[in-house]
Amino acid sequence: MQAKRRYLLVFVVAFLTFWYFGGYHLRRDQELHLNIEDLPNFISMNVIDTGYLVRGRYPDNSKNCRMETCFDFSKCERDFKVYVYPQEDSSVPSPSYLKLLNVLLESRYYTADPREACIFILSIDTLDRDRLSNDYIRNMQNKLQRLPHWNSGLNHVIFNLYSGTWPNYTENDLDFDYGKAILAKASMSENHVRAGFDISIPLFHKIHPAKGGEPGASSAYNYPLEKTYLLAFKGKRYVHGIGSDTRNSLYHLHNRKDIIMVTTCRHGKSWKDMKDERCDEDNKEYDKYDYETLLQNSTFCLVPRGRRLGSFRFLEALQAGCIPVLLSNSWALPFSQVIDWDKAAIWADERLLLQVPHIIRSLSPRKILQLRQQTQVLYDRYFSSIEKIVYTTLEIIRERLPKQPVRDGKAWNTFPGALVTLTTFSDYSEDFPFHIEKDEGTGYTAVIYCQLGVPLVANSALYRLVNNVGKSKYIAKILIVWSNEKRPANRNRWPLLPLHVPLHIIQPSGNSNIGNEAKSSISQRFFTHKEIETEAILSLDEDTVLTTEEIDFAFIVWKQFPDRIVGYPGRSHYWDDSKSTWGYTSKWTNDYSIVLTGAAFYHRYYNYLYTEWLSPLLHKTVDQSQNCEDILMNFLVSHVTRRPPIKVTQRKQYKEQPSAGSWSPWNDPDHFIQRQTCLNTFAAVFGYMPLLRSNLRLDPVLFKDSVSNRRKKYRRIELVGS
Amino acid sequence: MTVPTKIAISKVYNFTKSSLYKRYKNFFFVLLIISIFIALSVPLANLSSDVSKSYERIDFRNLKNLPLVKLTNSVSIVTPKNSQCTHWDCFNIYRCGHTGHDRIAVYVYPLRKYVDERGVPATEHLSKEYYHLLNTVIKSKYYTANPEEACIFIPSIDTLNQDRLRLNLTSRALSSLPYWRGGENHLIFNMISGNSPDFSQVIELDVGNAMIAGAGFDTYTFREKFDVSIPVFSPAARLGVVEDNSQQRSWLVTSSQLNVDPFFLTELQKMRYHHHDYLLILDACHRHEYTQRCDIETGRTFNYPQVLKESVFCLVFRGERMGQFVLLEAMAANCIPVIISDGHVMPFHTIIDWKRFSIFIMESHVDTLMDVVNSVSEKRIKHMQKTLLYVYRSYFASMRRIVLTTLDILQERVYPHLSRTYDEINLMPEEVNNNPLFFPMTSPKSHGFSAVILTYDRVDSLFTLIDRLSKVPSLMKVIVVWNNQKKNPPPMTEFPKIQKPINVIRTGANKLSNRFYPYKEIETEAVLHIDDDIVMLTSDEVEFAYEVWREFPDRIVGFPSRTHVWDNLTNTWKYESEWMNEISMVLTGAAFLHKYWSYLYTKHMPADVKDWVDEHMNCEDIAMNFLVANVTNKPPIKVTPRKKFKCPECASNEMLSADLGHMVERSQCISRFEKAFGRMPLKSVEFRADPVLFKDPFPEKLKRFNDIGSL
Repeated sequence: MQAKRRYLLVFVVAFLTFWYFGGYHLRRDQELHLNIEDLPNFISMNVIDTGYLVRGRYPDNSKNCRMETCFDFSKCERDFKVYVYPQEDSSVPSPSYLKLLNVLLESRYYTADPREACIFILSIDTLDRDRLSNDYIRNMQNKLQRLPHWNSGLNHVIFNLYSGTWPNYTENDLDFDYGKAILAKASMSENHVRAGFDISIPLFHKIHPAKGGEPGASSAYNYPLEKTYLLAFKGKRYVHGIGSDTRNSLYHLHNRKDIIMVTTCRHGKSWKDMKDERCDEDNKEYDKYDYETLLQNSTFCLVPRGRRLGSFRFLEALQAGCIPVLLSNSWALPFSQVIDWDKAAIWADERLLLQVPHIIRSLSPRKILQLRQQTQVLYDRYFSSIEKIVYTTLEIIRERLPKQPVRDGKAWNTFPGALVTLTTFSDYSEDFPFHIEKDEGTGYTAVIYCQLGVPLVANSALYRLVNNVGKSKYIAKILIVWSNEKRPANRNRWPLLPLHVPLHIIQPSGNSNIGNEAKSSISQRFFTHKEIETEAILSLDEDTVLTTEEIDFAFIVWKQFPDRIVGYPGRSHYWDDSKSTWGYTSKWTNDYSIVLTGAAFYHRYYNYLYTEWLSPLLHKTVDQSQNCEDILMNFLVSHVTRRPPIKVTQRKQYKEQPSAGSWSPWNDPDHFIQRQTCLNTFAAVFGYMPLLRSNLRLDPVLFKDSVSNRRKKYRRIELVGS
Repeated sequence: MTVPTKIAISKVYNFTKSSLYKRYKNFFFVLLIISIFIALSVPLANLSSDVSKSYERIDFRNLKNLPLVKLTNSVSIVTPKNSQCTHWDCFNIYRCGHTGHDRIAVYVYPLRKYVDERGVPATEHLSKEYYHLLNTVIKSKYYTANPEEACIFIPSIDTLNQDRLRLNLTSRALSSLPYWRGGENHLIFNMISGNSPDFSQVIELDVGNAMIAGAGFDTYTFREKFDVSIPVFSPAARLGVVEDNSQQRSWLVTSSQLNVDPFFLTELQKMRYHHHDYLLILDACHRHEYTQRCDIETGRTFNYPQVLKESVFCLVFRGERMGQFVLLEAMAANCIPVIISDGHVMPFHTIIDWKRFSIFIMESHVDTLMDVVNSVSEKRIKHMQKTLLYVYRSYFASMRRIVLTTLDILQERVYPHLSRTYDEINLMPEEVNNNPLFFPMTSPKSHGFSAVILTYDRVDSLFTLIDRLSKVPSLMKVIVVWNNQKKNPPPMTEFPKIQKPINVIRTGANKLSNRFYPYKEIETEAVLHIDDDIVMLTSDEVEFAYEVWREFPDRIVGFPSRTHVWDNLTNTWKYESEWMNEISMVLTGAAFLHKYWSYLYTKHMPADVKDWVDEHMNCEDIAMNFLVANVTNKPPIKVTPRKKFKCPECASNEMLSADLGHMVERSQCISRFEKAFGRMPLKSVEFRADPVLFKDPFPEKLKRFNDIGSL
């Protein structure tokens, strides 16, 4: 009996085990397995129906414009140049459009010759196409027809901020036929953007700076971020008509504690006639909060649609580092072709308004930290001025042209951004100075700029400099840029260099015809000489005094900071309040913002940017004064990286006593005043002061420590120079 | 998933039963009944907990004899495809979110065979690919068997190839689906659309408001943020898959597509004239077979798609259909696609950045092909190949990948705040910058710093330290972490009277990790971590260190530096506290760190590292250096010459030997942490930061930081 039971038990358990573990699945799988192998493919590759391609079947209709159907690429074959129609006397554009045009006229894209141009920009103000607005230009159609190169809009870009008018605010109603012109327009919706053709731009204020633009307001990244408010919105609501629903329901979210949603219907002349039962209550709440305070003290800012899809609030929130929560269904976000907004903003759905608090509360502090920083990256790189908005628009178009190297999304969405990442320099991201992950590099190229033409004797500064550089562990090549009327010394008079260190002498071609000032520019020292093959450049003046050890140490430091200028002599700028100008000082100070390129390491990419990217106005300033090229380089690098330069130890003060008896620009009293003028000109052209201060110097770890000298790797740096 | 646990349970019972048997005969029956009960109820419970009782997961066991559904002409009203649809109007968002988790719920209709009145089926037999598609959906985390809670509906009618279905009948079959509601929230997969001669870019079914995951979209037919562009799956692609991209490729460019437009072909032939050794042009052989291609000039036969492995670039032309098999075949062979197809909406283009691993040429500029291809640098080609391999494997390699990617796109459309960023999708893991403080900036001075002092019982030294710190201008707050559970901290009245607030935090256990806890009392970004016996630092030194930290807010900036060196004798890392010319660590006995690192240490430090530190009461500073360096790839920064930190009078012979043991342990820490992190993240540098005018022959009075001590 018991044995029977035991067998029964064993049998039952075994059966169950088999049934669950093996049999059940086995049976199922086997059956399926068979079936899958028996199933046909969805296509039989050998007999797939083929036909012949019918090319050019697309309708030639401006509503369906694409780059391939509505753009003349043959105009862009040589260069990407922009022509701006001359100003007509009859109508003065609005201040915003005027700023936009001026930015273009000063840019490196500009050409005055319409035959060279790839892109055409109207001088007729098209920003505001709301018929009820003051800036609305009438008879647009006629004016367009009169334009000599209009050609139904081919290769034209039309900038627009407002379209349509009360009561419908029809999105694509510009009140004229823009034909084949590319629209760069604010508040576009996804279904109105002609794919790969139109560009959505942000709505910007009249007071938006033309150039430069201060970086965003968010300067600290506390973790976790604890602000007074979680989510805030203060603005108008419309009671009736298009786009009013969303804002009318915002009060549901208002909790007076961490979510502040206050609206008012008090705007326009006849608001009292239109008002609904909530208006009075809303107005009361509305007056309790200040817009700016909310912006600064809130982690998230609601950006709901108004009459149109976009609003000023979007840029304002970005600027303040307040993470935008978008409540504007189907809005094509500015530059969404290239910018990944998921990294900087939160999409909400107007239909799910009540979910918004739940959504933002579910975000981790880590995500908030990332989002917040990204608002600053994007604002600073693409939105802080009209110049950046226009350049971004043009660069997006430029990338669509054939044979143009393109930037990937990484270049667009990470610091320092696409506008300063010129893919014509290299198509490989690690060739740029913005990535620290460098394995053992290739050493550096020393570029010695010889302006004075002091005879090369065994004791001269230049001779000693070449000698010292030649002894450096990391030197790859020496380049002498010979820029004066005298002839450079014969090859055999130069110091004897190690075999692996070639020495090249470059004489700018313009030098032979004396008097041709323009060609022998001082900017030659920053040319992209093809002989420079290393990433690092050591830029030197012929009278610089440096020891091998100083150079080697600076190079080691530079490798840690390849995006910055690393050098020895520091200078400072300061704001002179009495004169309301920028001042320049070479005095010893506790901080510095400029490292002179008479003795500094920097990445060769900056040579490329200097030559190819800077505004022609800046080059003109340098060429005219034959001075300030080093200040300009510092402006450039600080502008790109938003970091100060780095000063390293030097043995003794650089150029304290210029070699007696020879002319040196440093002796010239005008020289200093000139540099001050430059500083102010540059700041004006950049639109802001990019230079940043630092108050540290990098020294060898054991520098001047009271330990045995033999322990020190860089002991000669401590010696007082002769 | 639940089955193995079930087995474990029954086995346990079995064991217990046999041992209990002799003693408790009656109890045995109870156990038997219980075990059978459990055995039967667990799977049932599984079904009913996952899914409501009345809903069954669809099964594929009966593919041959599917239930018939007869469609009569009268039953359904067919609505034509709505070309104006957007996510915002045609997609019913209210159908989502019924499951309680932030995930779309996808329902798959049961398999049926649809026939008309005369018994003619609407579609051919279910294809292998569609089976894989449905099976992927069902096994995915998105699947639900309950149509009432579903957000997305997938018909089980195989619509992959328009040639295999009867349009009219299939349209009617779709509209007869029980939850069709005009196609709302339905997803139709299609890879081959249109028929000869006009080859529509979209499947010509009357799908109303349904979304289409289609392979042939051009920019005119694609409904932005509504449809999903998918690749055409090529059953042949697996023949040409490469495992790595190390091998040499003998051709630069290969054109292997069949039926290339004669215009393109002429252009190619012209190019071949000049670039004979670089350009391979293939077409169908005389006896056409998909897996055989012949050189159009020499007639040499190649195996296809294996031949693509021999080429760096592969051409993908627009054919009569936009979606071309060659795209996936080229990607599988790690051959960089060169896409010559104006207006083609690339597969998954909303999330995948095609520019990273392919080249686009406009149809009108085919003649620039060789120039464009030749201008791509060697380094970029390598990088594109690596990216291509990664992207192909992640999103394209099988029907399963393709379907999951499609569902992920829909998921991120419905829950955009949970979507992955560009970096997470497109960059290879090693390319992603994990530095949480990626915006380069100098931190504002006005915010100041908080000093966190870990102390046990050295009250005198603690008070001296607080007193000294109070003189540092940028100090905002002092936080004393009282790590002694046996003794109470001195009352606040005994603390030095300073201008800044002092908070005392008592900890629950004497753990070293307490010093890195992100206390909410820390309100500044900058945290000065300082030991209670570091009383020699001057106010200038601390203020200067804070200045340096402001310039490098993502790094450890501090005074005591150490380095790690490779010991060739023992083949291990050695911890070096000698004064060297290099530093790779800055100890947290006196260092500034961003508060984020405290959080990261507490929440995300590998568990074995953290446990080891707390167990041995050592190496927490080394662990922190590893953690920061591992994330940022940047070395720390040592400030000023200061090097001696233990009071000289405490040194005795006993201490020295204790020190020796301490050093050995710290060397072990380095080896241990290297293993835990899977690499050696520490980096050595040869510099330290000093004030600009440090030791310069210049009046000390005029220097901003003149009280900088030595050693």
